[in-house]
Amino acid sequence: MYQYDLIDKEFLADRSAEFRGQVARRLSGELTEDQFKPLRLMNGLYLQLHAYMLRVAIPYGSLNATQARRLAQIARDYDKGYGHFTTRQNIQFNWIKLKDAPEILDKLADVDLHAIQTSGNCIRNTTSDPYAGATAEEVDDPRVWCEVIRQWSTLHPEFSFLPRKFKIAITASAKDRTAAKVHDIGLLLRQGRDGQLGFEVIVGGGQGRTPYVGPTIKEFLPTDRLLSYLEAILRVYNRHGRRDNIYKARIKILVAALGAEEFARQVEEEWSKIDAVRADLPPAELARIRAAFAKTPFEALPARSEAFETAKAHDPAFARFVRNNVRAHKQPGYAIVEISLKAQEQTPGDASADQLDVVADLAERYGFNDLRVTHAQNLVLPHIKLDDLPTVFAALQAANLATPNIDLVSDIIACPGLDYCALANARAIPIAQDIARQFADLDRAEQVGELKIKISGCINACGHHHVAHIGILGVDKKGEEFYQLSLGGSGAEDASIGKILGPALPADKVATAVDQLVGAYLAVRSDGERFLDTYRRVGLEPFKEAVYAQAD
Amino acid sequence: MPKLIELVENEARWAEDAFVFVADEDAIPETGDVILTLARFEAEGDALLASNSRRVGVRIEPDQEVEGLAYDLPRLAVVALAFPKYRDGRAYTSARLLRERFGYQGQVRAVGDVLREQAGFMVRCGFDAFEPADGATPEAWSQAAQRFRHVYQRAADARAVAFEERAS
Repeated sequence: MYQYDLIDKEFLADRSAEFRGQVARRLSGELTEDQFKPLRLMNGLYLQLHAYMLRVAIPYGSLNATQARRLAQIARDYDKGYGHFTTRQNIQFNWIKLKDAPEILDKLADVDLHAIQTSGNCIRNTTSDPYAGATAEEVDDPRVWCEVIRQWSTLHPEFSFLPRKFKIAITASAKDRTAAKVHDIGLLLRQGRDGQLGFEVIVGGGQGRTPYVGPTIKEFLPTDRLLSYLEAILRVYNRHGRRDNIYKARIKILVAALGAEEFARQVEEEWSKIDAVRADLPPAELARIRAAFAKTPFEALPARSEAFETAKAHDPAFARFVRNNVRAHKQPGYAIVEISLKAQEQTPGDASADQLDVVADLAERYGFNDLRVTHAQNLVLPHIKLDDLPTVFAALQAANLATPNIDLVSDIIACPGLDYCALANARAIPIAQDIARQFADLDRAEQVGELKIKISGCINACGHHHVAHIGILGVDKKGEEFYQLSLGGSGAEDASIGKILGPALPADKVATAVDQLVGAYLAVRSDGERFLDTYRRVGLEPFKEAVYAQAD
Repeated sequence: MPKLIELVENEARWAEDAFVFVADEDAIPETGDVILTLARFEAEGDALLASNSRRVGVRIEPDQEVEGLAYDLPRLAVVALAFPKYRDGRAYTSARLLRERFGYQGQVRAVGDVLREQAGFMVRCGFDAFEPADGATPEAWSQAAQRFRHVYQRAADARAVAFEERAS
């Protein structure tokens, strides 16, 4: 993992001192709330329905045990004992007092964490594959490039007042766990025919009011030219992105208005004028960053572990956990372990302080001090020995962290919704809990297989409902919460935007409707076909009928 | 004479502003240094510069491209870049292009909604004169501009960036 050096640490200390001064000016009345708002937003501090919310950046979703424990401590000391992991691999604390914020930022900075660029019209935290450095699928370690972008984009003097926020995702595997194609920029690492590494560059994907799967504007960008090319994209956007209407200000609108070809042409033209020697990262710095990610000291182990096989044969609960939450590792004798934050009755993405401590201990003791956050709001221990898996499982189970439902129907992405958010039209969390309850039977959930349900409490789509196999959008109908269902979206490598199923349903009908959709799927699916594949084969009609025919 | 903050060898200080901004509807004063709108400059700039009796600057709005000035830059004493709102970040790009692409040596002035919280970004993009809208003093300006001991990316200034510090 990348270790912050003195420069990185002093940078965070300076940032923390700056914010402390700004809060002092606000508390003394020197700054009005209007004047303070842009300053606090630049430090990830939002004013929500009930309190301030602090969004802490977790660069590319990667944490060490010390950092996880510090997040636990902040949850305990300044919040209500829990934190909420977001679809951008960050964590939010929902009950923060303004006067505590500077102290919290100091405590975060002590462990190399911060809230820089977690809000505002700037380049946000770059997200990546939570399996980076662990999966055999990847052609390179995407974290290297995330860290390059983290540094380049941090307080970028030219690109801190863009038309709108700007989100970048990087993946190096064919299977996309980052939703790269619905980002402002998605970077897909590819190996060229000559073995050279490059990025396929996708620009102008997005969700919100106008969802788009982003077009590819460059098939193969040599990796050493990344920063100059990003500079060209951001410059074209900074100059020409719309600033007259907040809802049309994202880069996707510019790309759609110009057409991908014309946008690409403008980027190429700008790129050709940039002095590459100054704009691209020097090879020595790239090598320094790369070295930081190359050091996981795996043991040479046999591919087969007796302890693991025995536990699997004797403990059905463990076997189920392995089927659903454990993934293949590139190193023989190791596994990737997903920790679901979607237990029954839990708020999707929430982790208590005690749970964070448990996971931190496991990461430190069994997992090379490495912990990841996924865009699906779960956690990952990327490097666990098969030999240790039964022990790790038992510890997770004791902390209510062993729910075996990764990518299953109850592994639901949900935004905070009207329970917390000032923008929401409807609640998202109780709907997620209703659906999870409906599918509490684990055998049935496994039989249904991969099914990605995502819930947003408003059209801003923080819950990614557009790219859900079953998307659920909360709408306000004359003061009542209703929910519009859509089918067939995907945020993965087969990205697509879902289609609206029919009229919105009242809250108490949503879980039943999902059940009906699943019933319709099971009735017509062919062998091994996921919900999404069946939908794509048979279309909307059978599903529409299943939900609305009975309702009449 | 009105004052503005000038940056001279990384030091912010008060300076007398010798320039008068001439809006499109105003008459150009008989004498003295002037800053013109782009339209006015395109119409009357040549004549003013030819008289060789005063310095001329141009004010560029965010939707106007500095590329249009490329030919005239050596003759311009000031390019004033407008921030109608502090959130409008287009002038940062304009400033960098003036300095880095066109090698402009004259004054690049920030006008409009110019706040001390933006000082660091502005200085790094090549601005060297500021008409602050928040009453910031040169001391406050310097403090804000120099708050961070390190920077991570190359821009129009001469600061050593993190990877250069690391390599040295």
